[in-house]
Formats: sequence, C-alpha cells, structure tokens
Amino acid sequence: MKPLDKSHDTPWRNPGLWLALATTAVIGLSPALSGNKAYAREVMFTVLMSVGLASSLNVMLGYTGYVNFGHIVFFGLGGYVSFYLLSVHRLPFYIAVLAGGLSAALLAFLLGKAILRLRGAYFALATIGVNEAARSFVKNFGPFGGPTGMTLKFQVYQAYGGADRALWIAYIVLVVLAVAVILVSFLVKTSRFGLGLMAIRENEDTAEVMGVVAPNAKTWAYVLSAIFPGMIGALFFFKNGNIEPDDAFRLQQSIEIIVMVMLGGQGLVLGPLVGSAVYQRLRGYLLVSPLFKNIQLAVAGVLLLIIILFVPAGLVGWLRRRSSRLRRVLE
Amino acid sequence: MVLIASLIDGLLIGFIYGIAAMGLSLIWGVMRVINLAHGAIIALGMFGVYLAFTGLGLNPYLALLLVALTGLLSGVLVYGIAVHRVINAPYLSTLLATFAVNMIVIGVGTAAFSTSPRNVAFALGSLSLGVITLTWTRVAAALVAVLVTALLYLFLYRTRPGKAIRAVANNRAAAELMGIPSSWVLALSFGLGTMLAAISGGLIATFLPFTILAGAGYQVKGFVICVLGGLGNPLGALIGGLLLGAMEGIIPAFLETSWVPVLEFVLFVLILLVKPTGLLGSRK
Repeated sequence: MKPLDKSHDTPWRNPGLWLALATTAVIGLSPALSGNKAYAREVMFTVLMSVGLASSLNVMLGYTGYVNFGHIVFFGLGGYVSFYLLSVHRLPFYIAVLAGGLSAALLAFLLGKAILRLRGAYFALATIGVNEAARSFVKNFGPFGGPTGMTLKFQVYQAYGGADRALWIAYIVLVVLAVAVILVSFLVKTSRFGLGLMAIRENEDTAEVMGVVAPNAKTWAYVLSAIFPGMIGALFFFKNGNIEPDDAFRLQQSIEIIVMVMLGGQGLVLGPLVGSAVYQRLRGYLLVSPLFKNIQLAVAGVLLLIIILFVPAGLVGWLRRRSSRLRRVLE
Repeated sequence: MVLIASLIDGLLIGFIYGIAAMGLSLIWGVMRVINLAHGAIIALGMFGVYLAFTGLGLNPYLALLLVALTGLLSGVLVYGIAVHRVINAPYLSTLLATFAVNMIVIGVGTAAFSTSPRNVAFALGSLSLGVITLTWTRVAAALVAVLVTALLYLFLYRTRPGKAIRAVANNRAAAELMGIPSSWVLALSFGLGTMLAAISGGLIATFLPFTILAGAGYQVKGFVICVLGGLGNPLGALIGGLLLGAMEGIIPAFLETSWVPVLEFVLFVLILLVKPTGLLGSRK
C-alpha cells in the first residue's frame, strides 16, 4: 500500500475536489447565462440528474466494487413516495423530497442487510431481481395508482408560484444536490470509511482480517448511495408531473448509469461527472442527428464496447495514467 | 379443469423457458459470464423464423434449423469480438461487454423492424384430450425443446468437443495443461449458449406474438430459472423452466395475473439469499 498522501489529512487543500466542485457549479449555473433559459435548464437538468445518479452509484460500484443493477429502484421509490405525499397528502415540496431520500435510504438499509451477503455476480443478479420485483409490485399497488401511476394536479404547482417557478425551484435544488453528491463522494474517498470500502473492493476477506467490519461498511455505503437517487427521483417526477411504474423502475436506465460511471472512470470522483456529461451530450447529439437518429442505441453500444475493451479505466482514468501531474489534479 | 389446462399450457411453455435458461446456464458454468445479450438473441431467433416463414415461405421448423446454425455462428462471433478480450477481467467488464452487444443488436433491430408486434401466421390445429384442448404448435415446441436438450446432453457427454467443454468448465488451467485449446472451447460454449437462445426465440415465435424488444422479458425469466435450477447446471435449468411455467399456469387461478411477476421475483431474491447455488444446485 502507498503511504498516505497529504490529501487524506487536509481534503480541503486537494485541487481535485475544487476542480470537481467547480465543474458541477459551472454546469449548474450555465442556464442562467444561456439565451434560451428554459431550454438550457431542461438540458442541464438531465445532465445534473445523471451526475447525481452516477456519482452516488460510484460509491457502491467504484469504491466498494459491488455491481448494482438496481440503483434506479431508489430513484423510483423516492419519486413515488414524494409524489404520493405531494399529491395525496399535500405535504410541502421540501419535506416530500426529504421523505423520498429517507425512504430510499431505509429500503437500502433493509435490503442491504439481506442481499449484501451475496458477492460478485450473485449480488448483481439479486439487484436485477429487486428492480423487477419493485416494478411489478408497484404496478399492483393501489395507493400508488397501480399500472397507470399518478398525475400531479396543477394546483400543486400554484403553491410555488406557478409551474415555471416550480421548475426553477426543482432545478436549483438539483444543483445543490449535485454539488453535495460530489462533496460526499470526495469525503468518502479520502476518509477512513472509504479506505475500508476500497479494501473490500480489492479483497473482502483480507479486508475483514485487517479489521474492516465489512457487513457494516457495505450497508452504510449502500445507504449513502441510495439517499441521493431517492431525492433526485423526487425532483424529477415533481418536474415531470406524472409517474408510472415503467418510467420509475427502468432497468435500462440503471445500466445507462453504470455506463456513465465506466465511461468517465469508476472509483474516481471526477469520473462519473465527466462520464455523465459526455454521455448525455452524446445522446442528445445522436437523437437529433439525421444519420444516427434511428440507430442511436447501436452507436452507444459500439462506444460502450470500445470503452470496455480498450479503455477499461475510463476517460479520466486514462488521462490519469498519462501523466503524474494530472494524477494530482484529477481525483 | 381450467386449472389443469392452464397448468399444462404453463408446463409446455416451461420447456421453452428451460432451453433459453439452459443457454445462460451453460455460458455461466463454463466461463463465469452472465450473458446480458441473451434476450437480444432470443428476439433475433423470433425474427429469424418470422422472416424465413413470411419472406421465403419456409416451414417454421425447417427455419429453426437455419436459426440454430446462425445462432451458433453469431455466438462464436460475439465471443471473439466482445468477450474474449475481457474474459479474465473483473466480471463487471463481461456484464457490460455483453450488454453493449445487446444494445447494438436491439438498436439495429429496432431501426430495421420497428417495435410493432409481429406474429408467424402458422397453425397446426389443436389436440383434444377430453375437456382439455392444446394447440399443436405448443406441443411441438415443447417436443423440440426436449429433443434439443437430449442432443445437448449427448454432445456434452459423448463427444470429444463436449468433453472438452466439461473439462474447461471444471478447471480451465488444468484443461489447458492437457492440451485443450481453451479459447476455442470457450467460443464454442458461448456459441452453443447463444444457439439455445435463438432456438427458444424461434419456438416462441411459432405460437406467441412478439416484438424486437420481447427478448428482454424472457432473459429476466431466464435468470429466475437459472437461480431456481442452480447456475451452471443445464438440466437444472430445464427443471427450473418447468417450475416457472407451472407457477405461471397455476397462480392466475388464485391471484390476478399481474401478481405473477411479483411472486416470481420475490421468489428469485429469496432463493438467492437462502441458497445462492440454486434449489437444485451443487453443494459447493
């Protein structure tokens, strides 16, 4: 093992943290400078949502080395819980968002106690099962609207100064969340807790022998990575105005998040940030390009394959390997 | 009586679920890869039979032979392009590599065929046993599935390449020391697994409507079955398929049909927790 570098003692002096935070902030503030503010906001909403989802997944996937195909379950559950509280019980927006995050965290805690005992591919398979079980359960669950889901009444937005202002509020909360995710992702990475997670990733049995209490560490990593998608789901479906089981628990979306993490570089703070920004911009381009519009999925697949086969460390990981000076800046 | 009829229908389709899952199980058993491109290949199998039947006017069961051969070859190709380079990397790489193949196939397939439902307009009439009526296409599909299973077992246990596959599954390093070209054996196993997916897709197409995206649902069922029967145990996969088919036949008699997937996946996660090697898996 490398001797501890100074960044572990004084995380605030690490340039990598400030680079990541500044990038997120620039993405978040860019709609304010754009000509068509509402359009730019919609584009950046998608990007920041991906940043939040990918960075929170990175805590499990990159640091702990557990492949989670069910990350979107937390997004969907948070969305459903907050939507239910907003539309049926008329609770304030902020409380609904918090409730979304907490319910996702609670699910992760209970689920983690059970399925985190599984290792490797068995864990990955179980998370696919959890995702499908959640979706098919919600389809049958009356209070959540069953297969047709729920729709927000327009009056709900009136409480926040009309639909347009409500969308800006949701966006600003998302920017704050994205910055928070990056910060948490960095603090975990440079903490003793994070070191334990990375030890689990390298070799779980050895880590336990060295004194890492693996079941607890894994459970808390799982809970931590679930809170943010829960809250982001609440924001997304508040903005969307309606929620359906197939939108909330889409396995495809879980896998897209994994792709973003891999594209940027797993286990790095900057990786998921770069990965999701690049992926979403690319997707946006492919969707409007006349040449690729019909086969955008296939083009994305080819790209993914190239990354897996030839650049397994991801874009940021590849840059880090190029020079030692970059290694200090790209955390 | 209705219950018995739906149970038999469920069991018949269970054979087909079984061979799809057998493909997944074979690939996992030999090379520890979870093939996320399985569903896409199932969909290609459906379209293979569809195109041969509506385009060339071929008998669907004859078309199935063509589909099987194409499946075998494309499996070897997929292994060579996407899997071989990352076969020894952490399993996330193979998961994502096969998923990338899935995206490519589904992407091209959607552009070529759109996502509108298709069906093979082919019927063999039906068979009446007292009060129970079965369509011959379902019975024939189940019989083909049994035949394919028998052939697979003959191949694995009675031929040299089959024995090589079992040797590599058992211990790849030792098999290499005995002079077995493990790369080719892995490619062949991947091809066989893919072939089973293509055949099951083709069989489903003979009696159920489908779209290019239909494979995904059968793939997830395949995972459930593999876990029921034990990952890496082909015969277990067939029995798991029958169990799942029976469940799908019986549950709607007591609950609404929409609850079937809930029970399936809860069962899936529970079995993984209690006995991850599967109900019929080996004690390892």
